Order: sequence, then structure tokens, then C-alpha cells
Amino acid sequence: MSNVALKGAKRNKIANRQVISEVLLDLAKENKDILVLTSDSRGSASLANFGKELPDQIVEVGIAEQNLVGVAAGLAASGKKPFVASPACFLSMRSIEQIKVDVAYSNTNVKLIGISGGISYGALGMSHHSLQDLAVTRAIPGLDVMMPADRHEAKKMIEALVEYNRPVYLRIGRNPVEDSYVSEDYEFQIGKAVTMMPGNDITIIAAGETVRLALDSAIALKMECINCRVLNMHTIKPLDNEAILKAARETGKIITIEEHSVYGGLGSAVAEVVSQNHPVPVKILGLPDEPAVAGKTAEVFEYYGLSVKNVKDIAMQMVGK
Amino acid sequence: MMNNIEFLKQKATEIRMELLKMIYEAGTGHTGGSLSNTDILTVLYYHIMKVDPNNPKWEDRDRYVQSKGHAVESYWAILADKGFFPKEELKTFSQFNTRLIGHPNNKVPGVEMNTGALGHGLPISVGMALAAKKDGKPYRVYTLMGDGEQAEGSVWEGAMAAAHYKLDNLIAIIDRNGLQITGSTEDVMSLEPFGEKWRAFGWEVIEVDGNNIEQLVHVLEGTPKVVGKPTLIIANTVKGKGISFAENVAKWHHHVPSKEEYELAMKELSKQLEVLQ
Repeated sequence: MSNVALKGAKRNKIANRQVISEVLLDLAKENKDILVLTSDSRGSASLANFGKELPDQIVEVGIAEQNLVGVAAGLAASGKKPFVASPACFLSMRSIEQIKVDVAYSNTNVKLIGISGGISYGALGMSHHSLQDLAVTRAIPGLDVMMPADRHEAKKMIEALVEYNRPVYLRIGRNPVEDSYVSEDYEFQIGKAVTMMPGNDITIIAAGETVRLALDSAIALKMECINCRVLNMHTIKPLDNEAILKAARETGKIITIEEHSVYGGLGSAVAEVVSQNHPVPVKILGLPDEPAVAGKTAEVFEYYGLSVKNVKDIAMQMVGK
Repeated sequence: MMNNIEFLKQKATEIRMELLKMIYEAGTGHTGGSLSNTDILTVLYYHIMKVDPNNPKWEDRDRYVQSKGHAVESYWAILADKGFFPKEELKTFSQFNTRLIGHPNNKVPGVEMNTGALGHGLPISVGMALAAKKDGKPYRVYTLMGDGEQAEGSVWEGAMAAAHYKLDNLIAIIDRNGLQITGSTEDVMSLEPFGEKWRAFGWEVIEVDGNNIEQLVHVLEGTPKVVGKPTLIIANTVKGKGISFAENVAKWHHHVPSKEEYELAMKELSKQLEVLQ
């Protein structure tokens, strides 16, 4: 695909949270029903400027994540379009009952943005890691779950979500991610995976910031004459079953990569579809079932085998080379 | 022509009979709490709140959020009586595939939010009251909480926010019947000095006999009393109110009356109704 950023793309300095904040500010200037809610998290969410420019459209609740989500649900039930931004580790755990009952079950149009997700806060320990959020959120009926691959996708996703009247949990990381796309010039549709690279030997399915790793791994595999398909599963729920089964049928082997526990996340979702419809080998790469070691995100990724070298080795083993 | 207070008293008694019938026929329900909150709901729905059963989503309606979701039977009986849905449907309470489940459910016209998990109603109501302020709308938000529910931390998160945002359009009522499933609230997790706690959180606090229609009418007509402050009404009630042998007995939290108990209770309520008529 022409708009996929190949290896060696310029290092991006803009974090997804920054992009999201800018898009929301632009849209909120035109629509006073768009509100952002923070739990003493406007700095972490890059929303300080939003708060300065549109003080009537930012609602601060203090460090109180249950109240954060409850208030958002009440606002949504009264015709507002609330976007909640709070660290994913707290938002997806402390307020999960409010997410389940007040948002998903009551079907209130709340957008939950889990910031600093995964192991963004690598050195801060398990309390600040969110490696179970996909598992919990995707098990809640009526809640969609999404992860943008890079800043371009983050922009397209937020623009789409403003017009999307359903509860959504969206997770992003803290730091800038290397681009997976060169521009916003591609079709983004909620619930439809993007084929980032074609190939029929094996498929790598990734979501969020691991899409870049999937692309780099696929490029490395090409050197070994292995044609690897890369699917960007930006919507974890509703899952694009069709794209997954097509990959299972056409490539016969699947690797999933996620910044999440290997229990219950993207890999599990893919395996659920594949095992029940077209069983093929699926290798799930992610964080193991243990408190993750401390370190910079890149160091922790490396330690747990979320590296081009490891993905490549596993892929080669799976294709028998 | 009977006056309004008499009408409300009769209505409350009729609602008690209706809810008892629902619980008896379904074989399940939260009898004690529904009986304790009946007078509060009756005054809200037949005297205070601006709602339109023919247009349940009317933009300027007053909002009601029942945070103590389990005491739902009086709520269903009132919504049906008001014409939000056919009275016939009350027979389906807690039956297979009904929408009249054991907690408020927003598939039912007139219900704003799904509740049932305790401690959720106040934060939701804060959001609704904040939306009214932002839109310059005059509607009010009423929320009913239980006293046992006050141990939930999220109640106090909502309490702080309501005062911070000066939500004088928010009126929270606590059905202070003093009992929760295990026993007295003061034994399980003491609340007193209860009013002082809320005052310290920046609320205007009013105590009332929550089973006294005149007092409820008087207090609710007079709120909000203070501009810029949310109102808390501590409604001192009797769990199981109206049925002599259920009053103040903790097991009636979700005790379903036997045939004998049911008949005796209905006889008592009929007598109360006769006196009022």
C-alpha cells in the first residue's frame, strides 16, 4: 500500500494524545456539546491548551475516576458528547463498573480515552501498566474498543468518533510512535482492518503501537523471501472477522502482536475467531502473565520478545524456514 | 373534592398495594426499601417533578435517577400509574424476558439510566445537572440514594463535585430507613453524624420525615433553598412502612410475603385506604 510508511521513515515527534487534543479542540470550537473530562489528567492528556481555549468545555473532576465516568454518562444522557481522558490503568480498572453500567449498559454516548496505555509508564510498575484493559473492555457488551496505530490514524479515528453515537474505549500510549502511515490519505472505517502489506505466506495482526513492529518485522521477512501480510486491527471490537478468516484461509498461519497481556486481548480475540471457524496455528505475542519488569517501553518490549528479531524468528519457524 | 395532600396519601397507599402484589406474584423483590421510599416517589411524581408520560424524552423534563436501584417496585408501579407504560405490564415484573426487571432499566419509558450498582446515581446526576447549567435549562435533577449505599466511595466523589460546580439544580434524597441487608446501618458501617458529613461537603442539608406526605411536600416545594448549593434531603423513613409486621424488620429487605402475610398486609393497607377515602 502506497501510504504505508516503510522503515527509515522520519522519526515522529508528535504523540497521539497531542493529535487527539488538537482535533478535539478544532471540532469543539464548532460544537459546544463536545466536552472533555479529566481527572487531574489534562497535562498527561495534552489537554491543557484545550482547557485554556475552551474553559467551558472542559470538566475537571479531580482524582476521582468513578465520578469521572459517572459524570460523563450523565452529561451524555443530557445530549452532550463527552470525551473522557484519563490514564488507561485507572480508567479501565477503577471505573470499570461505571463503564459497564453507566456507559455500556445504559448506552450513553461516552468516549473513553485511556491515555499512557500499555507499558507507557514502563518504570512505574504494575499499578501504572494497563495490560488488562482490552480484556475487560472487550468483554462488555455495547462497548467498542479501538487503538490507533499512529498519529495519522489517531486523527482519523477521533474525527470518526465525534460522529459515532456509541460508547467506545480507545487506548493510546504516552510517547510519540513512529509512523505506520505516511499520511491520512487512506480509508479508515470503524470495524474494518487495514491491510498494511499484502502477502500470502503468513499474517501478522497488530493493533495500536505494535503495528509499526509488525511492519518492520514483515519488511525483515521480505529479505528472507517470506511474504507476510500485515493487518492493522485498529478496532478490537467489533472485530473484523472477515479479514481474519481471509488471512487464515489464504496464509494459513497467524501471529498477533499486542502491548497487552497475552490473556484476553487481541491475540485471544483472533484465536476465538480462527479456532471456531477455520483453525490454523496462531502465535500470540504480548506481555506474559506477570507484573512486567520495569524499564523504558523499548527495553521492556525487547525483554519480552516484542522485537523484530523475535517476530521474524517465530514467523520463519512457522513457515518452516 | 379532596385536597392534594389527601390525594397523595391515597396514591401512596395504592402504590404500596400495587407493589406488594407485584412482589407476591413474582415471588421476588425488595419489599422493605420499596415501602420505605413510596411516599418520597409519590410526592416527586405526582406533585413536584415536571414530566410528560406522553413525551418521556421531553428536553426540559425534570430528571429522576434512582441510585438505590433495587427498591424498584414502587418506581414501576408509579411509572405505570402515570401512564409511561401500560399497567397491564406490571404483571410481567421479574418474569422471563421482561423489561420490568429488578432494577431501573432505560428500555422502560421514563427511566433515564440503568442503575443497580450502588454509588452510581449521584455522579450521573452531577453530569445531568451540569449539562442543565451549561445549556441554561431550568430542569432539576432528583436522585434517590439508600443509606446503606452511603458507604460507597463514589457517593462522596459525586458529593464533592456537586458542591464544586455549585449545582443548586441537584436535589439528592436519602431514604434513611436505618437498615441494610445485614442489619442497622450504624452496626454495619456507621454513618452518624450523617448530616454533618454532607454539610462539610458543601451541601444544604434538610431533615424530614420521609413517610410524611405533608412534610415532604413542604420541603421539596421549598428547594433549592440556597443559591449555588446542592440540596441533600435526609428522609427519615421506616423500612417496610405501611405493613405493621414488616416495619423496621431487616429481613424484609428482600423478604417475599407468604400467602398469609400477603393477605394480612393487603388487609392492613385496605384499611388505611378506607380511612383516607
